[in-house]
Amino acid sequence: MKAVILGCGRVGRLMALFLVEQKWEVTVVDVNPEAFGDLGEGFSGKRVNGRITDEEVLARADVSSADIVICLTADDIANLMAAQIVRLKFAKETVLTRVRDPIKAGAYKELGVRTICPTTMEFEMMLKELGMKMKKAKGG
Amino acid sequence: MYIIIIGAGKIGYNLTKLLIAEGNEVLLVDRDRNKYNQLVKEFGEAIFYGDGCEASTLKAIGASRAELLVAVTGLDQENLVACQVAKILFMVPKTLALVNDPKNEELFTDLAVDLTVNTTSLISAMIGQKLNVPIVTPLLTFKNLGIVQAEISDTSPAIHRQIKDLALPANSLLIAAIRGSEAIILKGDSTILPNDTIIAVTTREQVSELRKIL
Repeated sequence: MKAVILGCGRVGRLMALFLVEQKWEVTVVDVNPEAFGDLGEGFSGKRVNGRITDEEVLARADVSSADIVICLTADDIANLMAAQIVRLKFAKETVLTRVRDPIKAGAYKELGVRTICPTTMEFEMMLKELGMKMKKAKGG
Repeated sequence: MYIIIIGAGKIGYNLTKLLIAEGNEVLLVDRDRNKYNQLVKEFGEAIFYGDGCEASTLKAIGASRAELLVAVTGLDQENLVACQVAKILFMVPKTLALVNDPKNEELFTDLAVDLTVNTTSLISAMIGQKLNVPIVTPLLTFKNLGIVQAEISDTSPAIHRQIKDLALPANSLLIAAIRGSEAIILKGDSTILPNDTIIAVTTREQVSELRKIL
């Protein structure tokens, strides 16, 4: 199986190292070449340096042969654009996108972009730790 | 009409002045504090400090009553997301985005952006004109359809011929000719003359075919 991970920050790195261990073929893309350093010398995956919103960079990362693509840069807007390029230009359906802004995370779900919002998750986990529950808003 | 412009660069700045002069209600939005401070003396209440990609900004400026949102920042991802957020969450009926990287034009027109302006292709078309290559300049695009403008040179294979005798591509239509100071609606028996400016509708795929014929 093949995975392309866009953004080599903390979560991107964890995901890349985990998938390599699971015998996946992994390509990591980041605009900053220094970001690859923490993957370690022994990292067997491919490293691609470039902007994730650039179709040519995505082609170099061979997105078209990937089974999954995960957008994990620190920039919501870049993640959302990259996800839509991958879906439209490379005809990939399994694209996960981190979006910190809960409003955009919700709005883009309506457009069919599979978003994951760490802000909402963090908030819910905090409440859980505190033994509190969020009241459901009227009408869901 | 209420128009929101995202991005106070040269295009945003001049567009704001122009649209205000035409009597529109215009609000220019930029997330650069310095730029805002510079322009607030000139624009007063017509400039807003905020991130045009954020729903909170668009809500604060009453985007739901805007008839048009124009995104002209230097970053394509911001222009795309500003248009999409305006469409999805605020039902803004028309959005227009500047496409900085020509590779993104198709993506934008497929994704909730009504109109795109691609400066790179406009400039390359103008260079083509200087080099005496027949040119077809995009004026407006909607989905994969575009309204284009073509200058007819005196070496064009189309001159002194009637529209019906031109082997036009199936999804292309010549609408009008600008001849001197006159605009003429073209019919099958209209003749194309040197120095005409032809306005046509065509699809993205057929632009190069149309260029060959004109």
